[in-house]
Amino acid sequence: MKSVRRALAVSAAALLTLTMTACGEDGGGEEPLSDDALVIYSGRNENLVGPLLEKLEDETGIDVQVRYAGSSELAAQLLEEGEGTKADLFFSQDAGALGALAKADRLDTLPEATLAEVQDGFADPNGHWVATSARARVIAYDPAQAPEVTEMTTVDAVLDPKYKGKIGFAPTNASFQSFVTALRLTKGEDGAKEWLEKFAANEPKAYDNNILVLDAVDSGQVALGLINHYYWYERVAEKGADAVKAKIHFLDSDDPGALVNVAGAGILAGSPQKEAAVKAVDFLLSEEGQRYFADETAEYPVVQGITSTKHDLVPLAELERSSVDLNSLDSLEQTLALLDEVGLT
Amino acid sequence: MTTPEARAADATRAPTSRGSSRVPFFLGAPSVVVAGITLLPIAYLLVRTAEAGASRVAEIVLRERTVLLIGRSVLLAALVTSLSIAIGVGLAFLATRTDLPGRRVLAGLAPLPLAIPSYVAAFAWISAVPELAGLAGSVLVLTLCCYPYVYLPVLAALRRADPGVEEVARSLGRSPSQVFREVTLRQVRPAAAAGGLLVALYTLSDFGAVSILRYDVFTRVIYTAYRSSFDRSTAAVLSLILVLLTVAISVGESRVRRRDIARVGAGVSRAVQPVRLGGLRFPLGGAAGVVLALALVFPIGSLLWWFLNGLSAGIDGVHLAESVAATAWLALLGAVACTLGAVPVGILAARHRGSFTTVVEQITYAGHALPGIVVALALVFLGVRVVPWVYQEAPLLVLAYVVLFVPTAVGAVRSSVAQSSVRGEEVARSLGATPTDVLRRVTLPLAAPGIGAGSALVLLTCMKELPATLLLRPTGTDTLATSLWTETGVGAYGAAAPYGLALVVLAVLPTIWLMRLTDRERGTPR
Repeated sequence: MKSVRRALAVSAAALLTLTMTACGEDGGGEEPLSDDALVIYSGRNENLVGPLLEKLEDETGIDVQVRYAGSSELAAQLLEEGEGTKADLFFSQDAGALGALAKADRLDTLPEATLAEVQDGFADPNGHWVATSARARVIAYDPAQAPEVTEMTTVDAVLDPKYKGKIGFAPTNASFQSFVTALRLTKGEDGAKEWLEKFAANEPKAYDNNILVLDAVDSGQVALGLINHYYWYERVAEKGADAVKAKIHFLDSDDPGALVNVAGAGILAGSPQKEAAVKAVDFLLSEEGQRYFADETAEYPVVQGITSTKHDLVPLAELERSSVDLNSLDSLEQTLALLDEVGLT
Repeated sequence: MTTPEARAADATRAPTSRGSSRVPFFLGAPSVVVAGITLLPIAYLLVRTAEAGASRVAEIVLRERTVLLIGRSVLLAALVTSLSIAIGVGLAFLATRTDLPGRRVLAGLAPLPLAIPSYVAAFAWISAVPELAGLAGSVLVLTLCCYPYVYLPVLAALRRADPGVEEVARSLGRSPSQVFREVTLRQVRPAAAAGGLLVALYTLSDFGAVSILRYDVFTRVIYTAYRSSFDRSTAAVLSLILVLLTVAISVGESRVRRRDIARVGAGVSRAVQPVRLGGLRFPLGGAAGVVLALALVFPIGSLLWWFLNGLSAGIDGVHLAESVAATAWLALLGAVACTLGAVPVGILAARHRGSFTTVVEQITYAGHALPGIVVALALVFLGVRVVPWVYQEAPLLVLAYVVLFVPTAVGAVRSSVAQSSVRGEEVARSLGATPTDVLRRVTLPLAAPGIGAGSALVLLTCMKELPATLLLRPTGTDTLATSLWTETGVGAYGAAAPYGLALVVLAVLPTIWLMRLTDRERGTPR
C-alpha cells in the first residue's frame, strides 16, 4: 500500500506542478493570437492551402496566423464568437458557410476592385465574400465498361438499369449533398425524391469519400462514379495519364449533375486588420494564388485568363454556370432528410 | 428482499447512508464547483433554446424525424451497452477468476482497444467490409471500442472483492456457475453499471463512428443543424433532448447501483482459488481471442498496412514529435483536472448519499452525452465573453475536457470508494483523526487503484478527443487527433497512419501504468 500511495503522491505532485506551469505559460509555449497578426480561420485543409498561406506571408510581409478546422464548425464558431472574435479573415471550403456569416452580418463588404477581379457570378451579389476557386461535379467512368458515357448530357442517364450495382458514390460527401440539393432545386421535392428512389433502386455502391469512389472506378469495381473533377486530375498528375484507367465526363452545364461549387473568403466585420485582410484576399486572387489552385489542387481559377501549367483543365467559361444559385444551397437539412427517407445515407 | 441470500447480502451491505445529512464542507464545496462547470454548456443551450421561442421548439421536438432519430439512438445505445457489459464482465472474470491459459496476457490486452479512436476503427472496418454500413457496423465498432469502459472497473472490482464470500457460497454447496451469478455478479454490479453508463453515454455522443458507418442517429442531426443552416437554436433544442435522455439513463443506473455492496470488516484482497474451466477453456479462450482480434489486431493491422503503404511519401518526424508532445501534454492536464474534480464528487456519491449528493452527481453526468462540438461551441460563446484571455489557450480546452470527461473519473472514484469498507474510516475517526485526515490516510489510499483507473481512462479519452480540441486548441498546436483529421481530410491515409499509430502507442502507456498499479496493490500484504 505504501508504495502505491507514494507513487500516487509523487505523480499527483508532478502533475500539479505541470498544471501550474501550463496555466502560467499560455498553453505550452504556443504563441497566442496577436492583435498585430492577420488571423485566418481556414476551413480548407492545411495540406491543401498551408503552403499558399505561407507564400502569402512571404510575399506580402503580413504576419499571418492560421487556425484550421472544418468550414461549418468554423462558421458556427465565428457566429458564437460574435464581435469578440480574433479572426480577421474566413477562408471557407464552400459558399454555404460564408453565406451564413453574411446573413448574420458578420462579414464586411469587400472593395469593388477585389470583387471585380473574378469572373461574373463568382462573388456574392452583396459583396460580402468572393470565390477563390471552383470545382465541378463530374461523372468518372471506366471506358472499358461504359464507353457510352461520353454521350451523356444529363445525370438522369445514370438511372438506366444497365448500371445496376455499377455506380459508386460518396453519400456523406458535402459536394454530393450539394448535388442533391441542386437536384431538389431544379426538379422540385417530388421530382428529386423520384430521382433518388430510382437511383437507390439501381443499387449504387456507397463509399466513404470521392477518392475511394475514383479507386473503385479505376479498378473496374464499378463502371461509373459521381465525384468532383479535381480528384481525377490529381490522380493523373500523380500517376501519369496512362496509369489511370478511369476517365471523366462533364455533363451539360445546366444539369444538376454538373454543379459548380466554390471555395471562397470573406473579411470579418469589425476586423482591425481590414487592410491586411484585403491584401490577403487580393493575393488569393492574384496570378500566383490562382495558379496555385490550378496547379496544386487542380481546382478552377476564378480569375479570367489564368490556366494551369500542370493540368489540362476544361476552361471554366466553357462549363458555364449551372442554373443553380450557390446561395440557395443552404437547405442541407431537407436534403439529408430526403436521403435518409430513400435510404441513401 | 425475502430470500435468505438477499438478506445475507443486506447484512453485508455497509450503512452507506450514514452521515448523509452532514456533507463535509471540504467535499461539498468543490463538488458544487465541479457541478457548476459541467452545467455551463447546458446553461448555454437553454439560452439558445429560449431564443427560438416555444412554437419553434415544439415544432422541432415533434417532427417525425426527431422522434425516429431518438429511437435509433436509444436502440444503438441499448445494443452497444448490453454487448459491452457482456464482453467486459466476461473478459474480466476470465482474466481474474479462472485458470484460463494466458489470462495475464488477456488481462493486459483487453483494455487496449480504448487506445483506438472509434473513427479509426470505423474507417478500418468500412474500407474492408463496405456492407457493414448501418446499424450492424455501428454496433460492432462501438462495442469493440467501448467494452473496456466496463472491463476496467469490473476487473478492479474483482481484484479488490473479498473472495471470502465466494468461498463461503462454494462451501455451502453452490456450483461455480451459481457462485458466479449469485455472488460474483452482485459484487461487480456497481462497477459494471458505472461502466455501462459510460458506454451508453459515449454511444449517444459519438459522431465519428456513426458518420463513417452512415447510421443516422441523433448526433448526426445536431451536426447537420450546424452544418446546414447554421441554425444554432435547432441544434440547441436537439442537444437538450439528448441531455434529458442522459439524465434518464443515469438516474436508471443509480437505481441499479442503490444495491451496492461494500465490504464489512477487514476484508482481504488475496489470491483467489481460480475456477477450473475444464473443457470450457477452449471455447471461452477462443471467444476472448476473437474479441481481441476484432477489437485490437484488425484496426492496428489496418493502420500498419496504411503506414507501410504511405512510407514512400516519407514521414514528417518533427511534426509527429510535436503532435505527440502536445497530445500528451493536453491529455495529462485534462486527466489531472478531471481527477481532481472527480475525487470530491465520487467520495460524496459513495459515502454521503442524500438529495444534495444525488443532484450534484447527476449534474456532472448531464453533459456527458453532448457531442464534443456542442460543448466546444458553448465554451466558445462563454470563453470569448467571460475569459477572453484564456480563449483558445490550454486552460479553456482543459475546462472542455472536464465538462466532457469528468463523469468517467467520477464513476471510477465512486465505485472504488463504495467497495472499500466504511469501518476503517470509522475506526480512524474514533481514534481521533480529523475528517480530512481520514480522507487522506484511509479513504484515498484504499480507493487509489480505482482513482488511478479513472485518471487513466480520462487520459486516454482526452488523447482521442477531436471536435473540442479542434476549436479550442492553442493556435498552431496540433495534437495527434487533429493531425490525423488533417491528413484523412485530403484522403492521405498513408500519411495519417503514423499519427494513428502514435496515438495508439501513446494511449497504451497509461493503461500499462494502470495495470501495474493494480497488480502491485494486490501483491502487497496489509
